[in-house]
Amino acid sequence: MSDNILASGHTACAGCGEALGIKLILNAAGPNIIVANATGCSEIFSSRYPESAWGIPWVHSLFENTAAVASGIEAALKVLGRESEANVIAQGGDGGMADIGFGALSGMFERGHNILAITLDNEAYMNTGVQRSGLTPLGARTTTSPPGELSWGNITPKKDMPQIAVAHGVSYVATATVAYFKDLEKKIKKALTIKGPKYIQVLVPCPLGWQHDPSLTIRVSKLAVETCIYPLIEIENGKLTNVVKVTSKKPVEEYLKLQGRYKHLFGREGANEHLAKIQAIADENAKRYGLV
Amino acid sequence: MTLEVLEGSKAVSDVIGLCKPDVISAYPITPQTHIVENLSEMVADGKLKAEYIRVESEHSAASACLGASLTGARTYTATTSQGLLLMLEVLYNISALRLPVVLTCANRAISSPLNIWCDHQDAITLRDTGWIQLFAEDIQEAVDMHIQAYKIGEDKRVMLPVVISMDGFLLTHTFEPVEVPSEEDVDRFLPKYNPKYFLTTKNPMTFGSFAEPDKYMEARYILNEVLNQSKVVIAEVARDFKDAFGRFGGDLVEEYNTKDADIVLVGMGSIISTMKEVTDELRKRNNRIGVLKIRSFRPFPDKEIVSCLKDKKKVIVVEKAISLGFGSILASEIKSVLYNSGAAPRVDSFIAALGGRDISKETINKIIEKSMTEKVDLEFVDLNRDILPEDFSE
Ligand SMILES: Cc1ncc(C[n+]2csc(CCOP(=O)(O)OP(=O)(O)O)c2C)c(N)n1
Ligand code: SF4
Ligand SMILES: [Mg+2]
Repeated sequence: MSDNILASGHTACAGCGEALGIKLILNAAGPNIIVANATGCSEIFSSRYPESAWGIPWVHSLFENTAAVASGIEAALKVLGRESEANVIAQGGDGGMADIGFGALSGMFERGHNILAITLDNEAYMNTGVQRSGLTPLGARTTTSPPGELSWGNITPKKDMPQIAVAHGVSYVATATVAYFKDLEKKIKKALTIKGPKYIQVLVPCPLGWQHDPSLTIRVSKLAVETCIYPLIEIENGKLTNVVKVTSKKPVEEYLKLQGRYKHLFGREGANEHLAKIQAIADENAKRYGLV
Repeated sequence: MTLEVLEGSKAVSDVIGLCKPDVISAYPITPQTHIVENLSEMVADGKLKAEYIRVESEHSAASACLGASLTGARTYTATTSQGLLLMLEVLYNISALRLPVVLTCANRAISSPLNIWCDHQDAITLRDTGWIQLFAEDIQEAVDMHIQAYKIGEDKRVMLPVVISMDGFLLTHTFEPVEVPSEEDVDRFLPKYNPKYFLTTKNPMTFGSFAEPDKYMEARYILNEVLNQSKVVIAEVARDFKDAFGRFGGDLVEEYNTKDADIVLVGMGSIISTMKEVTDELRKRNNRIGVLKIRSFRPFPDKEIVSCLKDKKKVIVVEKAISLGFGSILASEIKSVLYNSGAAPRVDSFIAALGGRDISKETINKIIEKSMTEKVDLEFVDLNRDILPEDFSE
C-alpha cells in the first residue's frame, strides 16, 4: 500500500534525489496526510494531467504560497472537526520554501500551525534550468552564478534556514539527506508526532544541476555528510539534541570533485584559496555541531 | 422590517457573520480595515465560530482561503487596491480551481501617487481572472450581495469565486439605515457548503496539475463557459432573494427608467445613486433619461446591455478606471457588445473620480450637458488644467 503513495511512472530525471526524497518522506509519513506542494521539479514530474503519481490528497497552487495554502488546509481541518483525519505537509524546493515563499513560511511558523514544512534542497532553481537560489552553496556553478574570468561561481554561502526556523521558535527542526534514509524516515515520523510547526530540510542531489553521474546520487548525498558540508542535525525546542556523527571526516574535495558544478575549482590557478573557503565552512560545521 | 443605522463596514461584517464562514483570512489595508476588525471581534467574542488566520500578506490571505476552501470550508477575505494586486496571482488560481471564495473589495485607487480614496482601478484589474464580479450601489445592496455571493458561488452549476466591490469610504465608512437579515432567514436561504470534491484522505485526489498545450486550452474554455453560464444563476439568486427578503437591486443589471428613455447613463457602484437622483430631476423637466446599472461586471451582461441600449439615441458611460494607453474600459466593452447589434447608439465616455475626487449631482449634470452638445470620445471629468505642467495644460 505505502509503496503507491508516490507511484512510479513520474517523469523525474534518472537518479533524481528529489523524487527519491519524496518517496522516502511519504513512506515514512503514511497515507494519512494532505500535501501542499510548491511549483518546481517535484510538482512537474508528478502531476502532468491527466496522470498523477500521488496516492494521497495533494494540491499544487503556486510557487511561493505553499505554506499559506497549507495554513488554510490546517485551519479548515480544525474548524470542520477533521483534525484527526490527516497531518498536513507543506513541501517545495529550496526556491519555493526558502526564497520566494520565505514570507509565507515565516508566517506559517510564527502563527504556530500544526504543519510539517519540508524543503527539498537541491541547492538551486532546477525546474527553470539550474539558477542560483539562497541555498546555493559557496562556489557552486549555476546558470546565473557561472564561473568566468572574474567569477568563481556562487559568491555567497548558503542561507542558514534551519537556524532561521529555530529563531521562529519552531519546536522541531532537522536536516536529512537521501543516503541516510533510515535517519530521514525517523525524523519525518518523529516530526509528525509533534504538534505545531516543524521544519525539515532534506538535501536531495540533482544529477542534472549538480552535473554528476545519475548513478552517484547516493554517494554524493553520503559525501555531503561525511565531509561535514551538510550536517545532519535535530534541534528540539532550541536545543541541539542529535547529530549524525561523522566517523572519519573527509576533505571537501572528495565531495566537490564528483560534481561538474565545482569543476572550475580544480586545475585553475587561484582555485586553492576558494577550496579553502569551502573547507572552512565544513570545519566550522563540524565544530559548531560536534560532528566528529 | 427593522432598519438600523449602520456603518457600511459594520453592516457587511455583520452579514458575513450570518453567512458563517469557517475560515477567514485577511490582511489590513485602508479602507477595508473596519470589516476585518469587526470580524476579529466577532470571533474573539465567540459570536462567530471560525478560524481567523492573521496572515503576513494578502498573497497569503488569498492562499489560505484557497487551501481552506479546497479542504471543504466556507471562506472569506477582504482587501482593496495594493492588497488586491498582491493577491492577483492567487486569484487566478482560485477561480481555475473552482473554489467559491468570497472577497470584499473596498474599492480604492492604485499607487502611484499613493491614494487611499475610491476608484475602481483595483477591481477592474480582476477583469480576466475568472471571478464573478459584482458591484454594489449602496450599503443595503452590499449587505444583500454578500449573501447572494455565497449562494451563487457555491451553486454546483457555478463553483466560482465572487468578489463584491463596494466603494471605499463612500460605502465602507458612511452610515445608512439598513436591514441586516435575521440569522434564521439567512440560514434558510443559504444552505451549508457541501462541495463534491475536496482534499480528504477518504478520497485522495490531485488538485492543481499541470497541463500541456494539448489540454490547457480546454481547461480555459471550460472556465469561460462556466463563468458565462453563471449568468443564469446570478439572475435566479437575485429573484430568489427578492422572494425571501423582499429586496431586489437588479440581476446582472438594473434598468432605471430606461424603457422610454432616449438617453441612458451607465455606471457601476455608488455613482448609480447620484445618477438616479439627477435623472429623476431631469425627468420632472420632461427629459427622457434613464440609468443602467451594471451589477455584474463579470460575467459581462452583453445581452442585457444590448436589449437595454440598442435603440437609444445616446449612451453616457461614466467610469472610475482607465486602461492607460487606451482609454475607457467599461465604455469600450459596452461599445464592443453594441457594435454588431445593428442599431448601435452613440456612446460617450467619461472618466471620473479617479483617486476619490467627488462626483456630485452637478458633476453628473455637467457630464450630461457636455454630452448633449458634442460627441465625447474620452473626457476626464473635472480635470484641473491649472495644476498640470505646461506641456500638458492644453
Ligand atoms: C512567481 C513565480 N516566479 C517564477 C516562477 C518560475 N519558477 C518555477 S519553478 C522555479 C524554480 C524552482 O526551484 P526550487 O523551488 O528550488 O525547486 P526545484 O525545481 O529545484 O525542485 C521557478 C523559478 C514561477 N512559477 N512563479
Ligand atoms: S532536474 Fe534535478 S531535481 Fe529536477 S527532476 Fe531532474 S534530477 Fe530531479
Ligand atoms: Mg531547488
